[in-house]
Amino acid sequence: MAAPLTLLLLVAVTVRAALYRSSLADLISERVEVVSPLTAWKRVVEGLALLDLGVSPYSGDVFHETPLIIYLFHFLVDYAEITFMLADVITAVALYLSVKDYNKQVFRKQKYALEADRYPLDCLELIRSPKEMQYIPLKVAMFYLLNPFTILSCVAKSTCGLNNAVIALFVLSTIKGNVLLSAIFLSLATYQSIYPLTLCAAALLYLLQRQYIPVNLRRFSFWWFVAQYAFMYLGSLFVIVGLSFFLLGSWDFLPSVYGFILSVPDLTPNIGLFWYFFAEMFEHFRLFFLCVFQINVFFYTVPLSIKLKEHPVFLIFMQLAVISIFKSYPTVGDIAASFIKHHKASSASSLNIFLVSCVLLACSALFPVLWHLWIYAGSANSNFYYAITLLFNVAQILLVSDYFYAFLRREHHLSHGLYLKRKDGSEATLVLK
Amino acid sequence: MRWEETVVEEATADKEDTSAPETVVQSSVPQPKDDFQEELVIRPLHSGDIYASFQFRTLWETDFMRGNKVSHYRLFPKSLGQVISKFSVRELHISFTQGYWRTMQWGQPFLPSPPGAELWVWFQDSVTDVDGTWKELTNVLSGIFCASLNFIDSTNTVQPSASFKPLGIGNVTDHRFLRYATLPREIVCTENLTPWKKLLPCGSKAGLAVLLKSEKLFHSSFHSQAVHIRPVCQDWQCKTTSWELRQTLNVVFDLHTPGQGKLEWSLFKMFSRTLTEACPLASSSKIYIDITDDPQGEQFEVSPATHLLSQAMVLGDRRTFSVYDLTQQITFGTVRSLNLLIRWKSSEDMLRPLLHAERYVAGYGLQTGEIHTLMYNNHPYRSFPVLLLDSVPWYLRLYIHTLTVTSKGKDNKPSYIHYQPSKDRVRPHLLEMLVQLPPNSVTEVTVQFERALLKWTEYTPDPNHGFYVGSSVISSLVPSIVAMDTNSTREQPLFSSFFPCKEESSYFMRVYTEPLLVNLPTPDFSMPYNVICLTCTVVAVGYGSLYNLLTRSFQIEEPSPGLAKRIANIIRKMRGVPPL
Repeated sequence: MAAPLTLLLLVAVTVRAALYRSSLADLISERVEVVSPLTAWKRVVEGLALLDLGVSPYSGDVFHETPLIIYLFHFLVDYAEITFMLADVITAVALYLSVKDYNKQVFRKQKYALEADRYPLDCLELIRSPKEMQYIPLKVAMFYLLNPFTILSCVAKSTCGLNNAVIALFVLSTIKGNVLLSAIFLSLATYQSIYPLTLCAAALLYLLQRQYIPVNLRRFSFWWFVAQYAFMYLGSLFVIVGLSFFLLGSWDFLPSVYGFILSVPDLTPNIGLFWYFFAEMFEHFRLFFLCVFQINVFFYTVPLSIKLKEHPVFLIFMQLAVISIFKSYPTVGDIAASFIKHHKASSASSLNIFLVSCVLLACSALFPVLWHLWIYAGSANSNFYYAITLLFNVAQILLVSDYFYAFLRREHHLSHGLYLKRKDGSEATLVLK
Repeated sequence: MRWEETVVEEATADKEDTSAPETVVQSSVPQPKDDFQEELVIRPLHSGDIYASFQFRTLWETDFMRGNKVSHYRLFPKSLGQVISKFSVRELHISFTQGYWRTMQWGQPFLPSPPGAELWVWFQDSVTDVDGTWKELTNVLSGIFCASLNFIDSTNTVQPSASFKPLGIGNVTDHRFLRYATLPREIVCTENLTPWKKLLPCGSKAGLAVLLKSEKLFHSSFHSQAVHIRPVCQDWQCKTTSWELRQTLNVVFDLHTPGQGKLEWSLFKMFSRTLTEACPLASSSKIYIDITDDPQGEQFEVSPATHLLSQAMVLGDRRTFSVYDLTQQITFGTVRSLNLLIRWKSSEDMLRPLLHAERYVAGYGLQTGEIHTLMYNNHPYRSFPVLLLDSVPWYLRLYIHTLTVTSKGKDNKPSYIHYQPSKDRVRPHLLEMLVQLPPNSVTEVTVQFERALLKWTEYTPDPNHGFYVGSSVISSLVPSIVAMDTNSTREQPLFSSFFPCKEESSYFMRVYTEPLLVNLPTPDFSMPYNVICLTCTVVAVGYGSLYNLLTRSFQIEEPSPGLAKRIANIIRKMRGVPPL
């Protein structure tokens, strides 16, 4: 498997390098769909310039990156392009290895289930064979690396790429079963943007499953493991935040980074729902709706965990998708991270998924057109761009729910059989009730 | 060379025998503690306009700061005295300007001011809460001058670190006690002129202030009225200090009469009034006409002719003035009124000003832009440093890493940069730079910015008019051709003694650039309810789909029986028989 992967990496790096050298690089790094006030490279350079002038980067409202990013790019600002390409490569390799490992475990479980005769006889065609799953890791890596959203995000030097790399490493270490590394990578991801906090539950469920500790609230071993993981996670988070404090000598970065993500003061247009909503919000209700929208991101953790407690890896992907739709400053780089679940598509409802994907592609093409009409031509107004934002987000939500539906349906067939009969013997249809 | 008053050519022909010999009163009366002087300087400009500058100065030897309540006000206006003592003000400078001073056509003004309203104040060291005092002061001043200075808040106030040093005495340079704000959108009208005139000792009833008729004053190319309060030394040893209140009014009239070959001005034509008497409370009341460009009387003639001439060093140049002393009854002649008349005979090119600046916004679209400031140094061989102060509102996000300063095509690194980034909705950007301008060159300062989208309530009712960015301030010590007078306590005409002169080889000058008008992207103001509904619908779609998938499970659908069968089943259930 190494050779095709290397070839894929080479192709990806070549594409990105070619785009860096062209004149499109400047154009792409200005696009509001690709960069946000949180992740723009221009703002990182501005923060470094402020540091050179002797002014704290957090004294103004331009720079919202974490201090570790300042520290990293203080040394690497000349090699920024290589850094971002390397981040994409690391993400792809981590995804490749994690999917390969996960497939092995899936086969092992399937084997035991087959031997124990747990599957009904008629759903044997749903069971995955090693042959058809052989190329899945490569497909996942290819889907991530050659995704136009990822390429755009990398060429724009958006720090979202670094966030995706950390999340991919978290997924890899979780699937490999390494508790400490999983906690450390998750705390790094949370440190950069608060939302990966919701992945804690998924990681816990997976690691408990792997260590054969049953999820039973009354058992001591469950709580002991949860305490261990929480201690490692909170401890590493505390260490990283303390390190940031010592780097700059002040706590200024807390309101500038986390206060900014949570209170959304900057209303620069992006592909999310927050900007126009809070630009047109009545002042009286601003705080209320801000709380509602932020809680909305964290709210699905517990119900999803309860429903998907047997399938924590799918839970990770669902959480990533929810975060990328409902976070306060989404960019196409976040969308790219959430598309990883595509490889798990089953045959059910694939037509629906195809339709929704077409809607997504059409919206992506319309974004720059309507932006130009609003900002440069002056012949449209903000409502046009807002409408496409709405449509894009609805399409994403439908895509996520379609994948969820397909997954649940497959699980149902695996346990109850593929061809179902009604009481009178005629063919039955399944509905959600 | 010192300032001198040369009395040239005493009237030879008719010696006034009837003039009574001047009796010098030996003062057994104690020197009055307050003193009022008024003057008017008229300077014909080469572009065909005429520049009139009024200055009214009240000097009062008193101490507002010690606890003793000052209650007996004579020449000094009580409202301003109470403002000084209540808010512990050390220096106050406020100006209201309508129009933009065209340096290239008109030369340099005596007292520069930016379009709109400008207020800068130095507070005393004893003030503990400078921001709170500043807020109260702006509200009180907006009541005194009938101007909307209450729009001055933290989003347009800055604390310059180098550009606005105190103009009066005082060694304190801790710029925590300095506040500077401009309102470029402020409009000046009669409502601002009337309270300003009321502050004068004679009001608008006697002296030069009778000429200040708003109908003519506002029908002009440029109009600026200002109030400056500062402590000054009484003598050169500075044993006693007194408070100086200067009220200045600069106006430029465009009185070019078409069809006529020559240009002609008179006091009546400019102000629709003539002068009949000086203000009785004034110790000195003079009119100066700038005749430097025409010493022999070839280019224009002034009538009635005067025998008094004076020379003064102003803006690095030695200029000659005809003087009309209104305290002398003889000035008014037999008709008891003075109507100065200046008749041009020919016109000539103007000297280029040494320092000049322009500013504009480059770029297209509503996303980004670039501010360009051009500074011209027209001195043939001397270079001098200038201090540039830029205060940009927070909604134009400056990127300081894109700041470039180029002179003659090459990079020119500023030797001092003080930058305070803005905080959204709290304070504006502050950029101060010390740039050395090479001789005979143009220096261009560019910085890129990004336009922010504001909340719909933060736009003005006319959002597509644009948002104003206040003028840049360029302060510098310009090398002068003639030596300046550093003794500030000698008798000097008011127009040349405003800016303190510390060196002989240069004089202080302040140049203001144009204000900028920038458009921001606007949301649709008719849509708040619609936007809330639509966005909440999208969130509800997400919630609904996930709720369905999380709380329901797959079941086999049983077809529902027909109506007849259902009724039969109900009857059967009542009978206790199994249903169909």
